[in-house]
Amino acid sequence: MSAPALPAADARRAGSRSPAPRPRKIKVSHPGAIAIFIVPFAILFTLFYLLPIGYAIYQSLLVVERDGTFGKATEVFGGLTQYILVFQNGPFWESITRVLAFGVVQVPVMLGLALLFALLLDSPLLRGKRFFRLAFFVPYAVPGVIAAIMWGFLYSPNLSPFTALTSNVSFLSADLVLWAIANVVTWVYVGYNMLIIYSALLAIPTEIYEAARLDGAGQLRIAWSIKIPLIMPAIVLTGIFSIIGTLQLLAEPQVFRSFSSAVTSTFTPNLMVYSTSSIPNVNLAAAFSVVLALATFVLSFSFLKFTQRKEGK
Amino acid sequence: MSALTEPVAVPTKRAMRRAENTPKGPKESPLSRVGAMTVMLVFTLYFLIPIWWLFVAGTKSSSQFTSTNPLWFADFNLFANIGNLIAYRDGVFLKWMLNSALYAGAGALLATLFAAMCGYALAKYRFPGRELLFNIVLGGVLVPATALALPLFLIFSQVSLTNTFWAVFLPSLVSPFGVYLTRIFASASVPDELIEAARLDGAGEVRTFFTVSVKLMFPALVTVFLFQFVAIWNNFFLPLIMLRDETLFPVTLGLYAWNSQVNQIPELRGYVLIGALLSIIPLIILFLLLQRFWRNGLGAGSVK
Repeated sequence: MSAPALPAADARRAGSRSPAPRPRKIKVSHPGAIAIFIVPFAILFTLFYLLPIGYAIYQSLLVVERDGTFGKATEVFGGLTQYILVFQNGPFWESITRVLAFGVVQVPVMLGLALLFALLLDSPLLRGKRFFRLAFFVPYAVPGVIAAIMWGFLYSPNLSPFTALTSNVSFLSADLVLWAIANVVTWVYVGYNMLIIYSALLAIPTEIYEAARLDGAGQLRIAWSIKIPLIMPAIVLTGIFSIIGTLQLLAEPQVFRSFSSAVTSTFTPNLMVYSTSSIPNVNLAAAFSVVLALATFVLSFSFLKFTQRKEGK
Repeated sequence: MSALTEPVAVPTKRAMRRAENTPKGPKESPLSRVGAMTVMLVFTLYFLIPIWWLFVAGTKSSSQFTSTNPLWFADFNLFANIGNLIAYRDGVFLKWMLNSALYAGAGALLATLFAAMCGYALAKYRFPGRELLFNIVLGGVLVPATALALPLFLIFSQVSLTNTFWAVFLPSLVSPFGVYLTRIFASASVPDELIEAARLDGAGEVRTFFTVSVKLMFPALVTVFLFQFVAIWNNFFLPLIMLRDETLFPVTLGLYAWNSQVNQIPELRGYVLIGALLSIIPLIILFLLLQRFWRNGLGAGSVK
């Protein structure tokens, strides 16, 4: 952000006040007000963000020891024991592979559609833009759990309004259920991503493409050569949020467990965390959580770096 | 930066309309117009048919649910169904809706307030550690809420607060994204001169915030509120892991619980359907009411 510029500005301010400029020490005006503004958030953020992260790491370093088979269980420091178990855990890595496959297909499809709709809304080709904007955004009002329940009925071989299709194609089978869930997620989030991209498009001053229009460029050309490069930051942002969302999949597959036996308790990494913690094996579950959070961070961060480098060229 | 604020975004849109009305350059061919409309209409069906189906299903008695056209009405039993749903198990569904409204309404309101105060302080005051604080909060934006659910459960069980209202309510008061958005918005839309003027008038800093700055930051506050409301209303993992007592459930968890018992208790199917329909109405109403804010302001944070 603006971090590099600020120390200099602070130094200038401090310098104008005291005869001997000491750039690091600045006099804080209104410390009381600043405290009132910041302390409530800071306390809550510490308690419910930082502390849980620290506590998860702490718990993941413990192992349970028992005196004999039926003895009392005590938690002792076990170093990276739980992490070794995580790396040896086949189902966990299968679930990671599964959500990665999901993301590689679902995220580009969803963002491609969102981009297409945003560009169409921004083009002079459409009538009734307000209606489309609202209609496409409405699914975002449906919570993931409810959307999954609804689509579970729509996929059902005998209750669906499209039984001609669903009685022939088994969307809830082991082969297809992952993509059936991908469709639910796409259905909910396309409109939301569309709006983010669309508001980036609205922020482009029209003068930029008036010249291109005078030169005879069509809408497709303008979209491809002018609009898309300019809204890249918004697309990258939707990409990062989608990657995070994909790795964290939980509600939809959890609901689908009651529609399809193909969705096991180890279907996604978060389901794995949930089922491991309810065994209960909280230490291993905590280690799963930490690895998952790290994987999420690494993936979204490298996506950001990758796209930034591409833009820089 | 300037494109962040709604007052700026709106003239841009108007300028765009002007450009449409006075066409220069090539005219769009009718073929591409028809193509664009077709794409949008087809996807309108994709987005709306599931909701339409849910609505139609909600108006049917359970015998007609399977025997009549799923996409068109039979005998209109919507209100009878709602009545049955509310009466079922001493109105536990109504309790869930109220719980959700409380978790999401009060939670989002307080979260917005705390985030706005912090974002405002980060934007308008200089103090040591400011950038560090902002960067930590920014890191928090990337931490998915689901990753925190399990450790939160472990912490709350240390203080014996699992299976209480607070276990779901307190964690939802934190919105790092809200801090990020309000900070950007405050630096763009609250002029330093105005705060200075309020100071000269003798108003305290906190009072200036609540009387002057909040008004200028209002579009951003609505966006943060809406985001947080949706996030809490849709939250599933945290209540799933925290709550055992049915009377504390939010509506998502309640309907999930019923849905997973449908195979044993088939009569629940009708209740799940009508309950699902009722559970999405508050959010749709909220979206419609606040339309003029999210329509252009939703992506505010993404426009740099």
